Amino acid sequence: MAKQYETVIGLEVHVELATKTKIFCGCSTEFGGEPNTHTCPVCTGMPGSLPVLNKQVLEYAVAVGLATNCTITQYCKFDRKNYFYPDNPQNYQISQLYLPICRDGKVEIETENGKKFVGIHEIHMEEDAGKLIHDEWEDCSLVDYNRSGVPLIEIVSEPDMRSAEEVIAYLEKLRMTIQYLGASDCKLQEGSMRADVNLSIREVGAKEFGTRTEMKNLNSFKAIARAIEGETERQIDLLESGQKVVQETRRWDDNKGESYAMRSKEDAQDYRYFPDPDLVPIVLDDAFLEEIRKRQPEFREEKMLRYKEEFDIPEYDIEIITGSKHMADIFEATVALGSQPKKVSNWLMVETLRLLKENNMDPEDIRFSPENLAKLIALTDGKAINSSVAKEVFEVMFEQDIDPEKYVEEKGLKTVNDEGALRKTIEEIVAANPQSVEDYHNGKERAIGFLVGQTMKAMKGKADPGLVNQILKELL
Amino acid sequence: MNILDMTAVSLGAAIKNKEVTVLEATEAVLAQIEAKESEYHCYVTVDREGALAAAERIQKKIDAGELTGPLAGVPVAIKDNMCTEGMLTTCSSKILGNFVPTFSSEAVLNLQKAGAVILGKTNMDEFAMGSTTETSAFGVTKNPRNPEHVPGGSSGGSAAAVAAQECFYALGSDTGGSIRQPASYCGVVGLKPTYGTVSRYGLIAYGSSLDQIGPLCKDVTDCATIMEIIATHDPKDSTSVQRDDTDFTGALVDDVKGMKIGIPRDYFGEGLDPEVKEAVLAAAKVLEAKGAIVEEFDLSLVEYAIPTYYTIAAAEASSNLERFDGIKYGYRTEEYEGLHNMYKKSRSEGFGPEVKRRIMLGSFVLSSGYYDAYYLKALRVKALIKKAFDEAFAKYDVILGPVAPTTAPKLGASLSDPIKMYLSDIYTISVNLAGLPGLSIPCGMDSKGLPIGLQMIGDCFNEKKLIRAAFAYEQARGAFGKKEDE
Repeated sequence: MAKQYETVIGLEVHVELATKTKIFCGCSTEFGGEPNTHTCPVCTGMPGSLPVLNKQVLEYAVAVGLATNCTITQYCKFDRKNYFYPDNPQNYQISQLYLPICRDGKVEIETENGKKFVGIHEIHMEEDAGKLIHDEWEDCSLVDYNRSGVPLIEIVSEPDMRSAEEVIAYLEKLRMTIQYLGASDCKLQEGSMRADVNLSIREVGAKEFGTRTEMKNLNSFKAIARAIEGETERQIDLLESGQKVVQETRRWDDNKGESYAMRSKEDAQDYRYFPDPDLVPIVLDDAFLEEIRKRQPEFREEKMLRYKEEFDIPEYDIEIITGSKHMADIFEATVALGSQPKKVSNWLMVETLRLLKENNMDPEDIRFSPENLAKLIALTDGKAINSSVAKEVFEVMFEQDIDPEKYVEEKGLKTVNDEGALRKTIEEIVAANPQSVEDYHNGKERAIGFLVGQTMKAMKGKADPGLVNQILKELL
Repeated sequence: MNILDMTAVSLGAAIKNKEVTVLEATEAVLAQIEAKESEYHCYVTVDREGALAAAERIQKKIDAGELTGPLAGVPVAIKDNMCTEGMLTTCSSKILGNFVPTFSSEAVLNLQKAGAVILGKTNMDEFAMGSTTETSAFGVTKNPRNPEHVPGGSSGGSAAAVAAQECFYALGSDTGGSIRQPASYCGVVGLKPTYGTVSRYGLIAYGSSLDQIGPLCKDVTDCATIMEIIATHDPKDSTSVQRDDTDFTGALVDDVKGMKIGIPRDYFGEGLDPEVKEAVLAAAKVLEAKGAIVEEFDLSLVEYAIPTYYTIAAAEASSNLERFDGIKYGYRTEEYEGLHNMYKKSRSEGFGPEVKRRIMLGSFVLSSGYYDAYYLKALRVKALIKKAFDEAFAKYDVILGPVAPTTAPKLGASLSDPIKMYLSDIYTISVNLAGLPGLSIPCGMDSKGLPIGLQMIGDCFNEKKLIRAAFAYEQARGAFGKKEDE
């Protein structure tokens, strides 16, 4: 019988924190910008410059630590990781090795196989590096330090995951938690969340771990799942053919669906870590931790329970809406403005999701305000516009966050409720379409649909369809 | 009175009283530089045009009543490891031979706000690594008291410039004695403040946890006055301390009655030159005669200070100096193949032997497998040294001893034996390890006519006790440093 293998996975997740300024200087963290415009002597490592910790970074890191049940290191330090590379302006990265800010946490994940805990070994704070651009035409390399000094946290899990499914559930859980904290937008594609997968295999029942590899360059959940499958197979093939797994770092090529070795353990550099003497030790008292704890938001699980009690909307809607902190915020704010929860949920579940999908956007990218959504709902409630006009208005609102009241007014989209004018139009339509009238009288129910359509066309869509039907039937 | 003979404070007063103009003072000192530089070589860069322009600008501000401080209009020299916007800042190294900073260090900005005329940048041991100013890539500086001897280091250019009257005062930096030892060798006053008192922002780091900027000057009054200008809290430096006791001139009081002075027996043992010993103990007698209570005690751990210092300072230096890679600024080798070859050649050609020695030493003590045995152990010894001082300062206001075991050695005598050079730092190094303030004041001449320095060490934040003791000693001692033949 063939041997049964088990995959053992641990993750190193880098998350870019949503601070306005960098970790050790006042430069903007804003994405984009002309190369080297968000820089200063500190984040370009000029001689004589010194780092000063951005307190917001500390607050976010502690908040993530508390939300993932970590022990917070109340006396912690930054260390220097020394290595030469041109994207690293000091040739050392300020990171944490000896006393990371958070340790020994865990998060609960749920998969088809049920619930389980994934342990968090540690979370540490560090600075991002700059970006190298290789100019093949000029045969030179250029460096952009705009990213240099952008704050990151690295969340290191225990090797507690056993499948791609568990890995995705864990990442989703982290992403949701961090998004709810507002500590990061956690977008894999844009690199504000990056995951390196440490994977080994062993025979089912074995006590010892196998030799692991580290997989890099995983830019989506799908790529992560594919890489886990690919690496598991590769390692099983090696063992089955009597070879050994080599401890190394590999790079995943998602287009080819395969990986290649970047560097082996033997090539591993000695980073000569030591405490950064330019930064004083961080001492966190109980009052600071209590303050952060008090500020923790309602997380998704609590929110779902509350929605079930407070709002009469389907469980599926609750799951989708709370799946994005931003969407949940819009939902709650719109309801708070007086809109009926079911109607708000409908707009989010149908039109919003459709437009997000069409535009290849995340719920975090929703731009319209709760105020405008509430106004749109009020317009339809008051029958000021009909549902097809409402959809049109919503599309514009989705794109530009326009005020629907003003827009409807300016574009003259209000439903015509003037029965006299409507009756006159319908009389003309009836007179102009004797065949349809005859068909109707001959029992062809569909004929009335044609006449309604003609009326709506003549009214430029602004008629109340109920009223049109009623008048038509009277006239016929 | 000859302008050049004035102290910084007396020149400041003369400028305020319109007895001397800023331009006259600046021209006088520039003429002295022109006359003496070929002999002493105190400076790496002299900014003649800049100084003259600043002199006119500052005079106008003084006349308009916008600048009223005690050192407004007084020309100063800056050690070449402090960044000066638009002015070459080399650390006396080939690797920064073309480096012009885009900002000025906080200490320099503080001086400029107080109306200082920046004359230029003084020579030093390369990256402040050395005790003689002979490791400079731009030539040695000679001791103005006797040009066959070194001025000490690493702030040798600053100390020599003050002694040679090529400036009225200077800034230096002290990581293991680099202000106090050249002050002692050149017969001027130098103070290494408590760690965190003067901002390190803009000081090109050697050993970050030990580096501290301080004054080199003609007397204790100048020292206290300069300290009041440069001791400011700087939010750009995480290690900068907020102090509300920086009214140092208030401590210029000629009274040491009841002051408890401890003399560590450990500082007077083997290796100490008898003439130095005699002069230092004579100075102690002077203070005792003025009412101080002087007694001997055992400080302990002194023999561990040197290995501890060279472990910690080299470790930090090996990392601090990584940024000099030839990529963004500074020296880049002319021919190279690929990135790593460029790093290797640029750094091999750009750094001098002493810097390379300390980078290698520092890289070694931080490397995996040795970190605990060397670096971590050194940090533990550092803590013990601090504790020994804490115990001493429970009993004494000031600890008094020599600055260095000998007076200034002859040029070229130290370079061949680095260990011997390291050992000469024995009395100054533990002050940096413990973060304490230390003051060096001339207390005599040896038979060769070379100055001898007296070191006063205080507890953290107790610069005022040092200033008080040094001022009282200076009053009793009388004028110092006038060469007999002048």
